[in-house]
Amino acid sequence: MSFDNAYESLIDHEDTHWAFGTGFSEALPGVDRAIPSDVDSADLVAYCLMLGDDALVLSQRLAEWCSRAPELEEDVALANIALDLLGQARLLLTRAGEVEGCGRDEDALAYLRDERDFRNVHLAEIECGPFAGGDFATTMARLLVFSTWKIAQYSSLLGFADPVVAAVAAKGLKELAYHRDHAAQWVVRLGDGTDESHRRMRAGLARVWPFVEELFAAHPVEQRLGLDPAGYRAEFDSVIDTVLSAAGLERPTSVPAARVNGRAGRDGVHTEAMGYLLAELQHLHRSLPGATW
Amino acid sequence: MDLEAEFERAVSGEQRVEPRDWMPDGYRKTLIRQIAQHAHSEIIGMQPEGNWISRAPSLRRKAILLAKVQDEAGHGLYLYAATETLGADRGELTENLINGRQKYSSIFNYPTLSYADVGTIGWLVDGAAICNQVPLCRTSYGPYARAMIRICKEESFHQRQGYELLMTMMRGTDAQRAMVQESVDRFWWPSLMMFGPPDSESSNTEQSMKWRIKRNTNDELRQKFVDMTVPQAEKLGVTLPDPALKWNPERGHYDFGQPDWDEFWQVVGGNGPANAQRIAHRRKAHEDGEWVRAAAAAHAARRARREEGVA
Repeated sequence: MSFDNAYESLIDHEDTHWAFGTGFSEALPGVDRAIPSDVDSADLVAYCLMLGDDALVLSQRLAEWCSRAPELEEDVALANIALDLLGQARLLLTRAGEVEGCGRDEDALAYLRDERDFRNVHLAEIECGPFAGGDFATTMARLLVFSTWKIAQYSSLLGFADPVVAAVAAKGLKELAYHRDHAAQWVVRLGDGTDESHRRMRAGLARVWPFVEELFAAHPVEQRLGLDPAGYRAEFDSVIDTVLSAAGLERPTSVPAARVNGRAGRDGVHTEAMGYLLAELQHLHRSLPGATW
Repeated sequence: MDLEAEFERAVSGEQRVEPRDWMPDGYRKTLIRQIAQHAHSEIIGMQPEGNWISRAPSLRRKAILLAKVQDEAGHGLYLYAATETLGADRGELTENLINGRQKYSSIFNYPTLSYADVGTIGWLVDGAAICNQVPLCRTSYGPYARAMIRICKEESFHQRQGYELLMTMMRGTDAQRAMVQESVDRFWWPSLMMFGPPDSESSNTEQSMKWRIKRNTNDELRQKFVDMTVPQAEKLGVTLPDPALKWNPERGHYDFGQPDWDEFWQVVGGNGPANAQRIAHRRKAHEDGEWVRAAAAAHAARRARREEGVA
């Protein structure tokens, strides 16, 4: 390509969508999109929303760091992780809409559902920095916990009855391995850095730890789909212990956050932070009904 | 032949200057200042667009915008690395930015007030930046020229994405079309200001042209930008807010009006609509991150000592 006229080729191609890697028509090539007959469709939709909302909501949180990170390299890395999760969310929400069969696409599901219909775990939505509620250490504590849990969860889905979810899990595992490695390196650096960073890392872990229990509580939808998150708790604990030991830190002793009448994120009952997150995420889309973007 | 004469001969013969080559102090200082200002512009430029990431109106647009702002951080990194080949230090340059000793492109001192601004910045601001930057792919300093080739490729990609967003919005609802026009009305004149003051008032041009650091004058580039942009605006269906804008068949160029140069000097001087906010944001990120950088350095030093102890 000639750089002197990079600018001039605009007019002829205005129909083309240039966003490389941001569309998903080709994201899962060759995967059978037929709806499996041996799974309850409503359960499959609900499960796709659980996984999709986890990824969407944490992506939204991580993107808040963009232009606010401690180093430019971290601006790049956190944006990259947020983009990976957004990519997973788009595939999963699209699949939820496809299986539901009511014509809702990824945007209808992301922008037009109300808070009670979001199925993500609380860990994804709580504030862990850069704004009030945390700092870089808290963000890394959450990312370590989330990605370690997700890796175990996605690994358990590689043979799942729905080939699309299984394919998203396979694709996502490669991304999550990098996310976990990134978080683990920072947890070690901060745990073994200065007195201040050690203190902040310990506080960050204590902040997120009450939300760990929820990750391993099987929801009735998961039970009906034959999935048991409790089955990978030991694997999770072992990875976390290895990282914390390298960082000179201990597993927090904080007790699990109590539920609301037995309900939590997977049931659509969220923390107060969720309403603000959705207000920001959804405001523009809802302000211009009928607009095309 | 003395070093200076040899340097002048090499540069005027379009040879590249590399980090280990002898170069005059003035050339080194001018380059550090110019590349640092460019790097600062990329980093400050993350803010006006980053302002809309959390509110992007579709997931596809959110992905495009996040990827774009991430690219800007990457551009800042290559450019700071280029200044380091000249002996500068990234930390010091960041201090210069947040203390106001070095500048960045004034365009980023304008606020982004609607999602159309994301498209307009891509189309007009990145477009103007490309006009300024394409000639720098042939600039005399090798590391800078090579960084610019990569940056220009990505910028032209961003410009297309911006134009595509505006085109999509123009095909949408009346409210969306009005949003695009209002955004273009706000960004047109500041975009023309991006080429700097008129040649008659620009102090740095002559020496920089001689050293092949700069390759076209401000007015030449501004004219080129207007000539390229007018047909694109027509295709898009927006009106550029300049009653004097008119094709001049004798010159073979568009005639156009002058931006408000008083406003330009106000913004350059620090009194633009968002100057204080942009610097405060960058300063906060830098200062809030201090303990993280200190921890990383302490950990690296401790690990090096441990490894030495083992060896």
